[in-house]
Amino acid sequence: MSTTTVRAERLTRRFGDFVAVDAISFEIHAGEIWGFLGPNGSGKSTTIRMLCGVLEPSGGRAEVLGYDVARDPEAVKLRIGYMSQGSALWNDLTVAEHLRFFAGLFDLYGAAQSAAVTEWMERIGLTERRNQLAGTLPGGFRKRLALACALLHRPPMLFLDEPTAGVDPVSRREFWDLIVGLADEGTTIMVTTHYLDEAEHCNQLAFIYGGRIIARGSPRTLKSAPDAGVTVEVLSPENVGLLDPLDGLPFVRSASLYGSSLHVTVTDRTQLVALRAFLTEHGVAAPDLTPIAPSLEDVFAGLVGTSPAAGGYAS
Amino acid sequence: MNWKRVWTIAVKEYRQFIRDRRTVVATMLMPLIQVVLYGYLSSDVRYQPTVVWDLSRTAESRQLLQAFTNSQYFAITFQARNMHEVVERIEDGRALAGVVIPPDYATLIHEKKTPQVMVAVDASDATAARTSLSVAQAIGSSLTNKMRIKELRMQGAHVSAVGIDVRARAWYNPALRQEVFIVPGVLALVMQFTMTFLSMSTIVRERELGTLEQLVVSPIQPWELMLGKMIPLITIGYVNVTLILLLALFWFHVPVAGNVFLLYVTVFVFFFTTLGMGTLVSTIAKTYIQAVQMIQLFLMPSMLLSGFIFPVAAMPPVLQWLSYLVPLTYFLTIVRGIIIKGVGFEYLWWQIFLLTVLGLAVFATAVLRFRKRID
Repeated sequence: MSTTTVRAERLTRRFGDFVAVDAISFEIHAGEIWGFLGPNGSGKSTTIRMLCGVLEPSGGRAEVLGYDVARDPEAVKLRIGYMSQGSALWNDLTVAEHLRFFAGLFDLYGAAQSAAVTEWMERIGLTERRNQLAGTLPGGFRKRLALACALLHRPPMLFLDEPTAGVDPVSRREFWDLIVGLADEGTTIMVTTHYLDEAEHCNQLAFIYGGRIIARGSPRTLKSAPDAGVTVEVLSPENVGLLDPLDGLPFVRSASLYGSSLHVTVTDRTQLVALRAFLTEHGVAAPDLTPIAPSLEDVFAGLVGTSPAAGGYAS
Repeated sequence: MNWKRVWTIAVKEYRQFIRDRRTVVATMLMPLIQVVLYGYLSSDVRYQPTVVWDLSRTAESRQLLQAFTNSQYFAITFQARNMHEVVERIEDGRALAGVVIPPDYATLIHEKKTPQVMVAVDASDATAARTSLSVAQAIGSSLTNKMRIKELRMQGAHVSAVGIDVRARAWYNPALRQEVFIVPGVLALVMQFTMTFLSMSTIVRERELGTLEQLVVSPIQPWELMLGKMIPLITIGYVNVTLILLLALFWFHVPVAGNVFLLYVTVFVFFFTTLGMGTLVSTIAKTYIQAVQMIQLFLMPSMLLSGFIFPVAAMPPVLQWLSYLVPLTYFLTIVRGIIIKGVGFEYLWWQIFLLTVLGLAVFATAVLRFRKRID
C-alpha cells in the first residue's frame, strides 16, 4: 500500500530574510513512520507547523490527507493529531480533565467522550493517574498525556514534534512502543527527533539541515550508502582532547564522541593510513582501525560535514 | 456555530479559576476594598483640623469659634499661644486651617467698629481650600448680619424680612452626600479594571504556556475560544457587582433608585465590551508583561476621559470624541442614571445602544486579529 498521506512540493518558509525551510519536497505514505531528523533550528518544527495548517507557507505547497494546508487548514486540523514541541499542558488540570477537554474540542460529547477518554487512558497507561494534576506528573507521563490528547479523535495522521525530548531512556522506549503500535494499526506518523538512536524505529528518514533535506531513505539504506564513508572507533584516554584536532584534518569527514570512545568517519579506506599516522603521533598506541557499522549518528555527522550548507554539527 | 465547544472552553476556565485560590480571593476582595476606600476618601472636606490663636479670650471670641465648629467644616484641634505655633502646625500638615482672633476683637465690637479676623487655609488642594474659604466668609457675614439686626432692634427699629428667598432643591441626592455620587462611579470604574485585567491574560497566558499551539491546531474557532473564556469572567463580574451593590446599600446607604433588572442587563453589555478590550490586548501582546503595559495605556486615560473625575461636557471637543471610545463613559451615565436618578430605559437606550455597538466592534476586531495562526 502506498497511498500518499502527506505531499510537500517545494515547501518554503521565510521569517524576514531568514529562510527557515528552503523549498523542500517529500512524500509520506499511509502507515509509515516518517522520521524527520536535524539539529535545533534546522527547520523541523517550522515544517510540521506548516503541515498542521498553523503557519502559512511562504512558497510551494503541501497537502495533508488530500487537503491543501494553505487553502483549507481547518479541514486538515479536523483530521490530524499534533503534539507540539514541549508538549504544553495545563498544570492545574488533571489527566482526565485534559482528555475530556480535548475530546470536547473535537466534538466528542456525552457517552462517546467518556468511551474515548477511558479507552485512551487505558491504552496509554494513564488510568491510575487519572485524577493527578498534570503539573505533578513525571516527564514521561506528561508526554504520554500529550500524546493521548492528540489521539482522542482517532486521527489518521499524527505529527509528533520531539515527543521524547528530555525523557529518561526507559520512558522513551515505552513511548516508541506506543508509536510503533499506532503505526501497525495504520496511523501515518511524522516524527521529529534529535535522538538518532530513535530514528532506527522509522521506516523512512529525512535529514534536514539549514532548511534543506540533505539525505533521505530507510535507516538501512542510509547506513550502507556508498557516500556514508568508513567509520572507525578510536579508544584513547585523550578522547576529548583529540576531538577538535581530528575534526580539523582535511581527510576526516566527522569526529564525534560516542560513549567513552571516538567515532571517526573518513571518506574511504585509503585515508585510514593517514589517520593511523596522526593518531600514533598524538600518543594513541597501536590504534585498532577496523571499520565498524556506522550508527545513524555517524552517517548524519558525516553528511553534515560534507554538506555545502554545513557549519559543523555535533550531536 | 458550536456552542458545545464554547462550553468546553468555559468548563476548563472555570476549573482553572477555582483551583487558583489566591486569585479567587483577590478577585472577590479587591473591588470591595476599592469601593470602601473611594467611598471614604471622597467624602466632603469636612472637619478640617484647625489651629486657633485666640488673643481676645472673651465671650465674643468664643461665640465666633463656636460658629466655626458648628459649621462642621472646621474642627479646632489646637489652641496656639503665638503665631509661630500657628504657622508651624500648618507647615507640618497637622492643621489645614488657622484662625487668629485679635486682642481687641470684643472691644471693637462694642465700639461698633469692625474687627479683623484672620483665616488662613492650606490651599495646596485648591478645591478643598475654596470650600473652606467660602464657609469662613459665610460664617463672618452671618455673624455680622445677626449683630446688625440685634443692634437695630435695640435701637427700636422695625426690621422687616425683605429680601430674595431662593429655594434651592437638590434633586436625586437631597442630603448632598458625596458618596451617593461616588459609589456608583466606583462600581463602574472598578468593574472596568477587573474585567479588562482578567481578560487580558486569557490568550497571552496560553501563548506563553505553549498551549495556544495545541488550541489552534484543534478545530476550535477564534470566537468560540474567546466567548468560552469570557463566560466564567462574566460570572465573576456578576458576583462582584452584586457584592458591591450590597456594600453600597448596607454600608454607604446608597440604594439603587431605579430598576435593578435593567441595571443587571446593562452590566452584561458593559462586561462584554470591557472583556472584548482585554481580549483584544491579549491577542496583540506577545507576553503577559506586554499585555499589562498595553492595558495601562488604555486604563489610565479611560479613567480621566470617562467623566469619572471631570465631566465629559466640560472637555475640549477632541477629548470628548476620544471619550466615546471608552466603554466606561457610557456605563457611567447608565449606572449613575439607574442608581442615583432612578431613570429607566427610555432615557438610557441611546447610551446602551452605543455601548453595544462598541462592544461588538471590539469583539469582532479581536476575533479577526486572532486568525488561528502562530506566526
